[in-house]
Order: sequence, then structure tokens, then C-alpha cells
Amino acid sequence: MRIQRVISKKGQRAENEPVDLSHLDNLISKYKNKKGNLIPLLQGTQEIFGYIPHEAFNKIAEETGLKRSDMFGVATFYAQFRLMPVGKHIIKMCHGTACHVLNVTAVTESLLDYLEIKDGETTSDKLFTLEAVACVGCCSLAPVMMIGEETYGKLNPKEALKIVKGIKRNETLENKS
Amino acid sequence: MSKTKVIVGLGSCGLAAGAAKTYDALDKIKTADNLDFELAKTSCIGMCFREPLVEIKDESGSYIYGEVTPDRADEIIEKHIKQFSPIHDYVVQSDVFEARDNAFYEGQVKIALRNCGYMDPENIEEYETRDGYKAIKKIIDNKMSPEDVIQEVLDSGIRGRGGGGFPTGLKWRFAKNSEASQKYVICNADEGDPGAFMDRSILEGDPHSVLEGMLICGYAIEANAAYIYCRAEYPLAIKRLNIAIKQATEKGYLGKNIFGANGFDFEIFIKEGAGAFVCGEETALIASIEGERGMPRRRPPFPAEKGLWKSPTNINNVETFANVPWIIYQGASSYNRYGTEKSKGTKVFALTGTINNGGLVEVPMGMTIKDVIFKLGGGIKDDKKFKAVQLGGPSGGCIPEHLSETIVDFDSVNATGAIMGSGGMVVMDESTCVVDIARFFLDFTQKESCGKCTFCRIGTKRMLEILTRITEGEGKDGDIEALEDLSHQIKDSSLCGLGQTAPNPVLTTIKYFKDEYEAHIRDKKCPALTCKKLLSYKVIEDKCTGCTVCAKACPVDAISGERKELHHIDMSICTSCGLCFTKCNFDAIEVY
Repeated sequence: MRIQRVISKKGQRAENEPVDLSHLDNLISKYKNKKGNLIPLLQGTQEIFGYIPHEAFNKIAEETGLKRSDMFGVATFYAQFRLMPVGKHIIKMCHGTACHVLNVTAVTESLLDYLEIKDGETTSDKLFTLEAVACVGCCSLAPVMMIGEETYGKLNPKEALKIVKGIKRNETLENKS
Repeated sequence: MSKTKVIVGLGSCGLAAGAAKTYDALDKIKTADNLDFELAKTSCIGMCFREPLVEIKDESGSYIYGEVTPDRADEIIEKHIKQFSPIHDYVVQSDVFEARDNAFYEGQVKIALRNCGYMDPENIEEYETRDGYKAIKKIIDNKMSPEDVIQEVLDSGIRGRGGGGFPTGLKWRFAKNSEASQKYVICNADEGDPGAFMDRSILEGDPHSVLEGMLICGYAIEANAAYIYCRAEYPLAIKRLNIAIKQATEKGYLGKNIFGANGFDFEIFIKEGAGAFVCGEETALIASIEGERGMPRRRPPFPAEKGLWKSPTNINNVETFANVPWIIYQGASSYNRYGTEKSKGTKVFALTGTINNGGLVEVPMGMTIKDVIFKLGGGIKDDKKFKAVQLGGPSGGCIPEHLSETIVDFDSVNATGAIMGSGGMVVMDESTCVVDIARFFLDFTQKESCGKCTFCRIGTKRMLEILTRITEGEGKDGDIEALEDLSHQIKDSSLCGLGQTAPNPVLTTIKYFKDEYEAHIRDKKCPALTCKKLLSYKVIEDKCTGCTVCAKACPVDAISGERKELHHIDMSICTSCGLCFTKCNFDAIEVY
């Protein structure tokens, strides 16, 4: 069941970064009192913060009358929603059938090994989050991963490492300059 | 003389393969050398295995160039455009000469994909010139009644392309017959089957045909509002749908009093799915649009009576809607001349896995699976042996090589224990372990089970545990029987399609590959050499250079040997992690 995903992550509760909830005001006024607004509200919140902060549930509940239990139920049901902050780059490893048959597992393992994280976790420098996802629909290029909006195909462990290392190098250069 | 056209395929696959860079390179040459050709965009051409693809249409005909990198683009423009001398070696498909992949198109019939790869999906005028919005115009001009439209769809014999295979016309009639002031049309674009991308390609390549199909459905069932429930993982599809809706509204194909027909109003909204496979099920999808957890509801009442917000609702998938305008415009008899007695028309398949020509094909019902794989798909990669093909994703099953003469038709495929599904066709060769595939699908359905029905929630988990044990060498006598028993209980006791079909991959693999299960359980061997924990490793003597990389990588120090001398793996210590195999730079580790 989907809810297992969240429970297993409970140990690494979000750090108490201050969250500016005023960003939510436009979103709430757009969807308040609309039929079927719960999912768009959560999707909008995640778009603003990159995840759904605990405080956002409270604010949305107070201002729209939606129940927190309903919101949490929905947020934990769908794979899209995150309750924890994520890294700057989200690596989505496709684990669809075609990618599986062409051994995406080895690619994922090599990246996890390099980043020193487990599936679904974020690196300590907050640069990368890696998630195994269901099919991204580029099966003819399997094995595939997406980093941000960019799709990379026909991967093998070495190729994937090269791409991730490249992004990391660029980040370090940017920081220095 | 018409102007030479250079068309770049910019679907998701093409973009992933670098088509945007190719387009930029072409644009640059065109401007720099002031060349007189028209540079155009299209979406998926279907030959995903040769991306990026560029088609050049000149007065002699069409030439599709494959694997067009920016460098190659320069060369092609130089020779083909400037010197009028096509480079035959790079051409993969052509109507002028016998190009190397011409076979890929032979035998295909493009109805749902009629515009994919032939037009710019972001340009409504191009759709119009390809008979776009003429089906709805025909309905209004000929004063066809909603019942006439439904009868035409019924006569065509089209059955739901989402996998269920329910006659589309019948579904529409149920919704039409439900009396209500508000009705809805929903397009199910929550293509969640891993290994399937038919709907994505249609949405990206020809969004208007889906909108027109929905519009016709709205007219037939007398609905005036519609939703497209699209996966959030398909950002390009959503972008192109938004553009298409805007253009259609500006042109008066959507909105109020369409074509001046008084009272014929139709609006289409996009809902982004939030990632749940179960939302492909009609009632779960409706719950999701309503903003709830996507959990299926009991039927009856069927959505045709009480669907979205308790109003009568008709749901079809993308491919079904894309077929509808063609059926209405060309007539039911043009459609039902293709196909078999009970399955009419064509079906789109996404060919993937260990196949040479992976891509998107549309074939008439009745073609054999073997022809799809070997004639269109070009056979198995690296000349390996064809083992099985997985149809229908996690709800489907494996069809083994000896049944590859099975024809593509709902009933023939069902008879094998698999299902037609939405069209994912994942080809597997001798190096794919079917027990691992069954475990893979169970892992998927177990995670995606919404949890409402006990048998689906707990049963799939128990099955996954057993399968995992088997693939890890802990299988025991009675496991196969336990799997079969659980399978039947889950099928009988689940409310929705997800649970009712979840055991199919296990049941079909047990049915056709029992010996492979037994090899895992009794001999602790994986014949396909896939299940890591059942593998043994040894050093190939004449390949080992003694570089010590494997010995350093081994986490349990099972590898011994001095620098520049032959290494040795002690299988009594080895945990079969496979690291030595991945790390060796000289292919000197053998798996057996």
C-alpha cells in the first residue's frame, strides 16, 4: 500500500526551516470554495515549496475549511506528493518494464552508491534527490532517467554516473564563482 | 513546385535523444546560408529506435533520416538540399527507394496515429487541412442526431482501447439514456502501465484529434463539459493539450453554440493526475477528479448513471477518442473492414524491450504477434532467442514463443491468459528471467494497490514475499501452489480491475514457464542468469590481467590473487553481489 512510503520516511522529518506561508495566499484565493479543489491546492503548494510543509496543511485547513485528515489522506495516497524538502536536482529513475528488462536496477544502484543515499532520500549537500518512479514513457530509450525536465536515455551505470558527476561539477563551479 | 520541407520529430523520445539540438543546428544552417526550404516541427514519427529523426520532403518524395546528430544534419543539408543528392545510407524510410527500415511501415494501418508525425501538433491549421474538425462539421451539416452518431460508432465495432475492450458505442448509449441536466465526458490519459507510451505519443503528436473525439462524444451523449485526466509525468502532452484547447476555443470548435448549433456548448478542462496507477480505473479516476483518494467504488451504479459529481459520465481512453473523428468522417464501414470478426479496426502498440526496432506501431487487428515482433519490430536484439512477450502490463501476462502465432484480437489474447491491455508490448529474450518479471509486476501492483480490498492489499504482499524468496534462492516446495491459490482468491475477491488482474503475470508465467520456477526452487538456479543471488562467478583464465580491481571491490574478500597474476573467486565466501562482474574492465568474470 502506498502509505508505507511515508511511514518508512518518518524518521527523517523535515528540518525546521522557516516557511513563508504568505506565498500560499494567491493559491488559496484561487481555489477556495471550488469543487474538487483539494488536489490542485496540494499540487500548487508543492510547486511553491518543492514539498508540502506541515504548516501549509494547517493554513489551508483554516482558510478553506478542508479537513486536515482528508488532506493528509490524499497527500499520502498519491506518489506525487512529498512531505519532506527535496534536493535541488530530482533524479527520477524509470523503473518501468522496458527499463527493468534492460537492467535499470544496476544503474540506480550505482547512482545510489555514488550519492550515498537510499531510494527516495536526499544527499547531505541538498543537491540531489533520487526517486525510483513508474514508467516515464520513453521506453524505446530504456533505461531512462529524468533530471529536472531533461530526459537521458540508453543509460548504463558508467554513463549515468558521468551525467550526475557533470551536474555536480557545474554546481561546484557556480558556487565558487 | 512546392517548397522542400525539412521536418524534425520533437516528441518526448526525440527530445530525449537530442532532437532539439538537431533542430537548432538546422535552423542555423538555414539562416547562415540563406537556404530556401521550410523548417517544420512534428511529434513522434514512430521509429523511436532511430531518433532523432528528420524527414525531408521534396518534389521526388519523402526521405526520413535516422540518428540525425547536429553534425549529420550539416552533412545532410549539404548533400540533399544543396546538391539534390540524398544520402541513402542515412535514410531509414522512404517512398522513393527501398530504405533499410521500410519494413517497419509495411503492414501498418494508421488510423489513430493518422496525424502523428505528419503535422505540427501546435498548429490547428495543419490539423484542419488533414480533415480536422470535419467529422464534427459533418455531424452538424448532415443534421445527424445523437442517436445517429452512437449508431455509427456501434456499427464501426470499435471496442475500448484502454484494455477492457467494451464496445464504445454501447457505453455511449448508456450515458445518453441516463436522464440528467448535467453530464460529463472524461478522457482517461492516465497511462500508468509501465512499458506503454501510446497515449503519450497521440497526445503529443495529435492533441486535436482527441479533443474532436471528445467533442463528438459530448454531442452524442448530450454532455457539455469534459475533463482530460492526464499523468503529471507527461509535461509535454499537457502543454500541447493546453495549446490545442486554446486554439480550438478561438476557432469556435469549443465554447458556446458550436458551429452555430443552438445550445451545443462544450468545454474541456485538464486535470493533472497525481501519480496513482489505480486511477486508470474509472471510478477511482472519478474520485481523484473530485479531489479524493483515488479509490474505486462499487459498481453499479456505473459511471454512465452516476459518475462525476453523481452525474452521468462517459469515460474513454485517448486512443479510443483519437479513432472517433476518423470513424465518423470516413464512415463505420471504412473502419470495420479492418480487423477480425469480434475486434474491428486497428490497435496501437508500443514495442519495447529487447527488440531491434522499438517504437510505435499501429496494426490491423488480426495480425499475428510474431509478425508484429519480427516483421515490423525487426526481431530480437543481438540475435538472441525470442522467449516471450508481455502484453497488458501489470494486468496482463506473458505469451511464450510457441504461442506467438496468436493474433492481435481481444478474445484470442485473452485465451492465452494475458490481456490486450492498452498496448504495451514488452519483448523478452532468453536472458530475461520470467520469475523476476513476475516479481517485478507484483512489486508494482503491491505498491499501487489502494488498500481497499483485503485480498488485494494483503494477498499481493504475500505473493510478492514468496516471489522474492524464490528469486533469492529461498524457495521451497509448495510455493507454486501457494501462489496459484492466492492468485485465485485475489482475482475473486477484489472490487476493481487492478486486483482482479494483478495475479495474471504470475499465473501466465507459472502456466508457460513452470520449469523455470522449479529450477529456482529446487536447483537454486536462475536459467536466464538474472537473479543475482542464484548466480555463481568465476575468473576466465586467459582474460584476467591481474589488475586487482575485482579483489578490491569485493565486499567480503572472496577474491584472492597477487598483482599481475590470475585471480580466484572462493564461492564458499562469495555472496553473489556481482560487483566483480560490473567492475572488471576486461570482461574476465564469467557468470554461470
